[in-house]
Amino acid sequence: MSDTILAVRDLCKRFGALAAVDGVTLEVARGEKLGIIGPNGSGKTTLINCVTGVVRPDRGAVIFDGTDVSGLPAYRRARLGIARSFQIPRPFVGISVLENIRVPLDYVHRPHRDATRARELLSLVGLDGRADHPAESLTHLELRKLELARALAAEPRLLIADEVMAGLAENEIDEVLKTLFTLNDQGVTVVMIEHIMHAIMRFSRRLICMETGRIIADGAPQDVRRNPEVRRVYFGK
Amino acid sequence: MKTRHFVAAAIAVLALGAVAPRVVGNGYVFYAGFIALQYVVIATAWNILGGYAGFVNFGSGAFVGVGVYAAVFLFNALQAPLWAQILGAACVGGLLGLGMGYLTLRIQGVYFSIGTLALTTVVSTFIVNWSFVGAARGATVMAPHPQIWFPNVVSYVFFAMLTMAVLSVAIARWIERSWIGRGLAAIRADGNAAECAGVPTLRLKLLAATISGALLATAGAPYPYYASYVEPDSAFSINYALNALAMPLIGGTRNWTGPVIGALLLSGVEQAATVTIPSEINLLIVGLVLIGFVVLAPEGLLGLAGQAVAWGRPR
Repeated sequence: MSDTILAVRDLCKRFGALAAVDGVTLEVARGEKLGIIGPNGSGKTTLINCVTGVVRPDRGAVIFDGTDVSGLPAYRRARLGIARSFQIPRPFVGISVLENIRVPLDYVHRPHRDATRARELLSLVGLDGRADHPAESLTHLELRKLELARALAAEPRLLIADEVMAGLAENEIDEVLKTLFTLNDQGVTVVMIEHIMHAIMRFSRRLICMETGRIIADGAPQDVRRNPEVRRVYFGK
Repeated sequence: MKTRHFVAAAIAVLALGAVAPRVVGNGYVFYAGFIALQYVVIATAWNILGGYAGFVNFGSGAFVGVGVYAAVFLFNALQAPLWAQILGAACVGGLLGLGMGYLTLRIQGVYFSIGTLALTTVVSTFIVNWSFVGAARGATVMAPHPQIWFPNVVSYVFFAMLTMAVLSVAIARWIERSWIGRGLAAIRADGNAAECAGVPTLRLKLLAATISGALLATAGAPYPYYASYVEPDSAFSINYALNALAMPLIGGTRNWTGPVIGALLLSGVEQAATVTIPSEINLLIVGLVLIGFVVLAPEGLLGLAGQAVAWGRPR
């Protein structure tokens, strides 16, 4: 077992003339707490889409836990242990909150996990009271919690949290952070994309800043934050 | 409904259907009942792909027609009995569903629907030029007199269709409640998010298309015995495609009761219209009912019932 759980090599993805991800090379160590910041449109989500298999990159490779997963469809990567939440919540409308959680329990694990596990996960994120409601009846806040619970249901080895805390109140941010810290203690590598600076500074042990599809800074959070280029493109000073 | 109750109800329905031919003297009951049950099979089968997975299939006519002609072929070639014709139809329909799915299910939404629309024309053109099954002239199928229990052919095919109806509803209900149903619902809601939750979306869509196609074809298989004469125009009728879509939309697409309610309702209205007014107006009525539901009750009768319950509840 190597110490690198995720390696991204020279990844490129263009949408027409726009290079959304432009030659990103990145290694994430096992058990790491990595934060990714960058202005809107800097390629953070496209990078995640390439890693999870939602988008096929034009060039480059994604290696997960020593296996080249570049050619694998998203569901195979999910089964290998990559889970994500979506920046804009994408609930499975038309089925209940509980059934939403049962989808990854059904499909990621063999043998399938039952509804009991789904209820545990819902109480973990504080949605147990809503288990039998249709997913479309949830508030925006509850949808974010559902999104996180669905990612956790996959019992991933790598969790990519794409703005799970946007729009949450301070005490809720604390709750989510607590959940993520607990997971990390259990050995799950967490990559966090976030605009809420105090949250990402508290959580990350390493911070990356992206701009126009490239990594412009990579290092200890305090150093990256003080980096003049990061200050210019991200904080606007 | 609990599974125990469902099984009991299914057995009761089958027993009633088996006894009825000996008790009910009026042949029209079975004649009209056959069509109603055929609609139940068609609506239920369509809903597995169209309702659960959200892929609107306009090509139901092709599958029903393939079922009809698979039966004609097996009868002409081997004098195969009805159960073998139905089984053969299911195999051909399933393969057609798989093939169609493979070609079109990677396409999204409306493009998929357009693809399926073309399927009926392709398949019927093939049949029109195949003389072994009668080509454009049509084929006469003289069903042998049933040797068991049933007094005549119509009540025999009625019972066969009843069995198919119970079987397809049971399959739909099982799919809906199992991991397959949850996966299909996830695909309907959001294909990418489903993939990221570990759902093999293409494989699951192909499975749904295969089951749906197989069941649609079984709805056609007993038709040659029922009608004694089949020709491509009626076997591949656009009515099948329209009704397959209308019935689940009228009843509700989210669970198995919707298509059953829609099918019984629509076939009832159609039968009433057939005996009272000219048949062309029939189609017009179906069209108007469908438009009415799409505008006023997009979730079907079940959706309306759910809303009524929600309104009644104190808030």
